[in-house]
Amino acid sequence: MNISERISKRVQGIPRSGIRDFFELVQGRDDVISLGVGEPDFCAPWHIREAAIYSLEKGETSYTSNLGLMNLRKSIAGYVEKHFHTQYDPAREILVTVGVSEALDIAFRALLNPGDEVIYHEPCYVSYNPSIYLAYGQAVAIQTKVEDNFSLRAADVEAAITPKSRVLMLNFPTNPTGAIQPADEMEKIAALCVKHDLIVITDEIYSELLYDRAEHTSILAFPGIRERTILMHGFSKAFAMTGFRLGYACAPPELTEAMMKIHQYAMLCAPMTSQVAAIEALENGAPEVERMRKAYERRRNILLSRMDAMGLPCFKPGGAFYAFPDIREFGLTSKQFAMQLLEEEDVAAVPGDAFGKAGEGFLRCCYATDETQLSTALDRIADFVGRLRSR
Amino acid sequence: MTFMDPLLEILHKNAKYTASQLAEMLADDEAAVAARVAAWEEDGTILGYQAILNSEKAGNEGVIAFIEVKLTPERGGGFDRLAQRISKFDQVTDCYLLSGSYDLLVTVEGSTLRDTARFVSEKLSTLEGVISTATHFQLKTYKQNGLMMHSEASEKRLPVAP
Repeated sequence: MNISERISKRVQGIPRSGIRDFFELVQGRDDVISLGVGEPDFCAPWHIREAAIYSLEKGETSYTSNLGLMNLRKSIAGYVEKHFHTQYDPAREILVTVGVSEALDIAFRALLNPGDEVIYHEPCYVSYNPSIYLAYGQAVAIQTKVEDNFSLRAADVEAAITPKSRVLMLNFPTNPTGAIQPADEMEKIAALCVKHDLIVITDEIYSELLYDRAEHTSILAFPGIRERTILMHGFSKAFAMTGFRLGYACAPPELTEAMMKIHQYAMLCAPMTSQVAAIEALENGAPEVERMRKAYERRRNILLSRMDAMGLPCFKPGGAFYAFPDIREFGLTSKQFAMQLLEEEDVAAVPGDAFGKAGEGFLRCCYATDETQLSTALDRIADFVGRLRSR
Repeated sequence: MTFMDPLLEILHKNAKYTASQLAEMLADDEAAVAARVAAWEEDGTILGYQAILNSEKAGNEGVIAFIEVKLTPERGGGFDRLAQRISKFDQVTDCYLLSGSYDLLVTVEGSTLRDTARFVSEKLSTLEGVISTATHFQLKTYKQNGLMMHSEASEKRLPVAP
């Protein structure tokens, strides 16, 4: 029996993630400074960890409601109302998931019939395209451009809409570019969603991490959007809780119930310890979030100033903790550039094409690393760039 | 601690940054940053810069005591005059006026136990206005100035992640 042939055609059709290839290369090397991670370098704040420990001490080790602990859903409702100015009913409109990744997966599976089109913007998080494909949807990528600061133009959305369009998927601030979306363009996109009856899935996991005193504009702010939207958020980024694997989806009851049908069989519920920790994060975590946000902003400034000094064009990211410098002048592919940088200077950054076609010619540098390491990494990149130019 | 000024906030965490590094972090001008720091040093907003030491590793054999002091407040000046007077002793490293069952919390550093005991019995207790003292000797430091004395090794992050 040829085992490989027994893998489903659909799974065979998914290419390996570019990130995993690169990960294996990096793993074999010592002394690498990594700008390749997509997570905070901070540990989850102690008061949150302590809440998790206390919960274990009390013996809270059971299943929870499929939707998640009621107290957590109430806390989420309060938090979302404060930050997104939108109200959700904790009893029927909030589903606690194992990270935003699970929320995405079950949302696509709940919404798509074979061939239904999902419009999304690239460069983007690596799971969007495969999650759509695994749900038998058709992924329709809009290529955002550095000239537009990697924001999404309403005209491009309109051009991508066909009679088969069912969902618009948004992610601002964006992984891997750090782009934020201007409110005026978002308003036009919102109007298009209403006009063409699209469901909106908006992954706003980075919404707390904004710089230059910018304020987050969710598409939820515009009329006619709440009733057609699944808001996705989680604890990994702002609260530095990646390993807790906890996210949530807020949506009208029909959509929540549809996602819940899949979630209850696939996952049953999110881990209870993580849920208890998440309540503590939402109720008392704001000062720590702000402390970390300020640290990221300082590091972003260091990175931008160095990139500027070495003459490497890099648009100013307004959010998240990524910069996406333009390396097209060197005539190398993103992959070649990243590999050579790793081999010659022991700095790991992810090739931009891992995040979609539009990422070719760019490099994702995560600045969620301490100032000293970041500074050394940037010195090494400057040396490397200098050498490339003199070759 | 939180400060309104981001520059002070950074310096309070780590005073070793150069003006150029500070300027880079704050996307500000180096000369302007240096001038602001100089002004704070001048007006006493910044009182000094010190390394925070792990006493054990640094080989400090001295003794540290925390002393609760009860005082009789004075008409007009309250506790200030006496607190200032106590603070001026070289052995006193910190002195705070507190609410609660005693008035001053005084931290004293001496080279030996006897040294410290002598300071308390001969200098501190004998001051006019000091009603009573209670001395607590420090046995071990776990955290100081926001820093853990012994940090636990933590699991390293993956070098590449989505």
